[in-house]
Amino acid sequence: MNNTNIILILVVLTNLKLLGSSRLGASIRVVAMQGVVLGLLPVLAHTNELSLRYAVLAAGTIALKGIVFPWFLFRAVREAEVTREVEPYVGYVTSLLAGVLILAVSFWMCERLPMPETLASSWLAPVAFFSIFAGLFLIVSRKRAVNQVLGFLVLENGVYTFGVGLAPHTSLLVEAGVLLDVFVAVFVMGITIFHINREFDHIETNRLSTLKD
Amino acid sequence: MNPESFIPLLLALLLSPLLPGIINRTKALFAGRRGPPLLQIYFDLGKLLRKGAVYSRTTTWIFRAGPMLELAAALAAAMLVPLGNFAALIAFPADFLLFAGLLGLMRFFTVLAALDTGSSFEGMGASREVFFSALAEPALLVALATLARQAGSFSLSTMLGQVSGGHWLHLGPVLALVMIALMIVLLAENERIPVDDPNTHLELTMIHEVMVLDHGGPDFAFIVYGAALKLWLLTALVVGMVVPATGASWLDLALVMGGMFAVAVIVGVVESVMARLRLVMVPQLLVGAGALAAAAFLLGLK
Amino acid sequence: MILVLVFLPLLAGLAAFALRSPAVRRGLLIGTALVHATLTAICWKTTPGAALGGWLALDAAGLLFLSIISGLFLVASFYAAGYLGQQANKHTTDMEEGMLFDNAPEAVFIGCLLLFLATMTLVTVSQHFGLLWVAIEATTLASAPLIYFHRHHRSLEATWKYLLVCSVGIALALLASFFLGVAATPPNGEGFPLVLTELVAKAQQLQTPWLKAACLLFFVGYGTKMGLAPLHTWLPDAHSEAPSVISALLSGAVLNCAFLGLVRVQQVCVAAGLGAFGRDVWVLLGLVSLVVGAVFIIGQTDYKRLLAYSSVENMGIIALGVGLGSAGAFGAMLHAVNHALAKAMLFLLSGNILARYQTKNIAQVRGLLRAAPVTGVLWVTGFLAITGTPPFGLFLSKFTILKAAIDSGRTWIGVMFLVSLGVIFVGMTTAFFGMAQGVPDKSAAGPANRDRWWQIAPPAVLGLLVLWLGLAIPGPLNNVLRQIAATLGDAP
Repeated sequence: MNNTNIILILVVLTNLKLLGSSRLGASIRVVAMQGVVLGLLPVLAHTNELSLRYAVLAAGTIALKGIVFPWFLFRAVREAEVTREVEPYVGYVTSLLAGVLILAVSFWMCERLPMPETLASSWLAPVAFFSIFAGLFLIVSRKRAVNQVLGFLVLENGVYTFGVGLAPHTSLLVEAGVLLDVFVAVFVMGITIFHINREFDHIETNRLSTLKD
Repeated sequence: MNPESFIPLLLALLLSPLLPGIINRTKALFAGRRGPPLLQIYFDLGKLLRKGAVYSRTTTWIFRAGPMLELAAALAAAMLVPLGNFAALIAFPADFLLFAGLLGLMRFFTVLAALDTGSSFEGMGASREVFFSALAEPALLVALATLARQAGSFSLSTMLGQVSGGHWLHLGPVLALVMIALMIVLLAENERIPVDDPNTHLELTMIHEVMVLDHGGPDFAFIVYGAALKLWLLTALVVGMVVPATGASWLDLALVMGGMFAVAVIVGVVESVMARLRLVMVPQLLVGAGALAAAAFLLGLK
Repeated sequence: MILVLVFLPLLAGLAAFALRSPAVRRGLLIGTALVHATLTAICWKTTPGAALGGWLALDAAGLLFLSIISGLFLVASFYAAGYLGQQANKHTTDMEEGMLFDNAPEAVFIGCLLLFLATMTLVTVSQHFGLLWVAIEATTLASAPLIYFHRHHRSLEATWKYLLVCSVGIALALLASFFLGVAATPPNGEGFPLVLTELVAKAQQLQTPWLKAACLLFFVGYGTKMGLAPLHTWLPDAHSEAPSVISALLSGAVLNCAFLGLVRVQQVCVAAGLGAFGRDVWVLLGLVSLVVGAVFIIGQTDYKRLLAYSSVENMGIIALGVGLGSAGAFGAMLHAVNHALAKAMLFLLSGNILARYQTKNIAQVRGLLRAAPVTGVLWVTGFLAITGTPPFGLFLSKFTILKAAIDSGRTWIGVMFLVSLGVIFVGMTTAFFGMAQGVPDKSAAGPANRDRWWQIAPPAVLGLLVLWLGLAIPGPLNNVLRQIAATLGDAP
């Protein structure tokens, strides 16, 4: 049984759970788990070229996505004292069904693109696309700012999966730069969420609608 | 039609009341009690068959016919499900659709009989039951479709009979997802926690129990036996998927029987460990099972 | 040299966070801007050597945009120093809703401003697509705190939209970079690095479906940052709520950085034979942006949002120019320079108007020519410049693009272009002249309210530059523009 396949299945499951789940704490933990699992991907997808670089990247990703981000997001949630459930724009059942549809579309898309021959698993590209679209869906359909940040993280996870799996010759510097950017992005977003809560006493972005034409 | 194909049917008829007994015993052990004997359901069936029945004046012939029709549907479904290496009595391509249809027919007669009483409790239970089954059915069908694709055949007997160690090695994740989806469908269709509590008789929390509230005597015996058969058949689906085919028929059968009892114990454990879900969360669970089955199907396509 | 250009503002920015005295900080800001501008001017004489193994190098396009950024930043830094001095009192009353609000700490503002310069410089010198991506994302992150300078709920809303929309767009651009990486991997060999010169040289070996997908995704990703419709939704809010200096830099520098990213993509596409495919997308997005800009300018009530939609429209013009081949690309590059100067001038002036009239509503601003003559004259001049009146530079660039449209045989594009420009002219005339003429309020006029030198000199300088470019394009600039246009040429 292919190790990469197990990781990809876990990614699919975590995405589905995020789409169908309404509990914020569970969602943050699920995204963290997804990040950790994906951190292991470079090591497992390129076992024939095992090197220090992949190990360092994996360690960095796991530390960042598995520990720092959830800690930071939990802090933001605690400061915002968010306990109320907010009905999203698209209900949870519909989101799940949309998720299945997105998965089917991702598989269909990947049939049309020529894949390189040295892929570790034929599921890499479809699952990557699935994460990307699911992340976009989460950003668009959720009202709470923290949920939108989680959607953004899922989007980045999808892009990362694609990068690690299909474009391995991008340099370590770029990958480190990407990681750094995601870190700072989450950091800045977290601070903004804190400010949003202080200003508005809620973190529902659908109520941020003063500016319009 | 060789005599060997009667074995699955015979075993189903004889041993199906054993499964609820095992589940109840497991729950009791978990709770620290000694619990009822394993053969309790047999004694219950015997007791019920000897009793008389009382029929309300608001009911019609539908109420009286319902339980018998239910049992008939269950028996017909039992003829389609294989066990171990033995093919089912009736096997043809796409027979799993007939299987799902017969289960649906069973549910239909239960609901009709319940609505016939004209009581609002039964009506409430009927609407909930039908809603949840409508959500569970796609999960069942997609899961079976995935299996069909993997086994390369549309007949239940071949699908379940051919799943071997090799399949699990290559497509382990896919089959694992299908198994989880089928387990959730099993819990939903057989009125088990976390979807429905078989021991509750509180008005607002019953789903399946409330539909059979007014039946008594032989009718209720048919219903209990039919429910046990349904549990056996769905368990046979799950076990048939999991237990690899070793080639030796009697060894296979022994393994499968072991698997059935193991699944019953697992259901008992799940019932003891979890609380029942809020009614608004049950659709999410069922659609989640459907999503898992669909994901397995798509992943298995590659 | 290149490394100095990037690291100098970076270190200065980090230092600014730690400095205590406001005067020293502002001096650091202006000093860094001066040194940066001088170094950039030197680069025009002697091309600096490549760094980081070819990942950082200054080619024609990079030099052009670096000059825009450096020049704008220098002018803006003077304005910013004066502005911060004026904003030094801690609590202010919001003009629209009357609540009290704070400003962000000045150290944060200046530090982020310098980091902003560093990241934008990095964008212009990046030759590697991955590094380019990192730099553009970094500009988003460095500028978000700048938009949130006035700490109230409207600017918070604008900042949140900016962050989320731009980050999502840029994440898609990262995916596009990976697509490019896959395109650069021949089916049975080792891939070649994503450095621009390498990609252009080996362009025939790129796998076409991946390259096309990458091209489209890049448009979505960097197009969001550039402000092309329909991805421009963050633009009006961010521009109207940020301090005027920041709006000037956003419009003049950041939009151009994203444009540079797209130019690099187009250069690869042209070399790989997908030039026509790319150009079609450019034309489509350009026309949509033009129309959207025109529609939202009519009846606009907020003059900063008006300028923001004008930015969307001008980005559309630039996109249209690139989509029309070599001649149009020349016009587009010239327009990028001219628009940056003119828009920055207008935004700085809008800051003056805001400080004087305490309102962003066009209808409530009257009599600018009488209350503040210099600002008023510059305001009207800026309006003439931005709408493309001769002898200002934008007339020349728009004319070049129009000519390219008609020369290529697609007259309908030229007609749409002219109609949109006409609509915009009408919409902006009512706004600008309404604000300039008339009799001002008592509170607005008066000697105590005279404009300071730092409020007048920067916009005046920018206005003179636009005028100069309209009269005569200097030789070196002409050469650089031609070089860039050649790489975006007419090859199918």
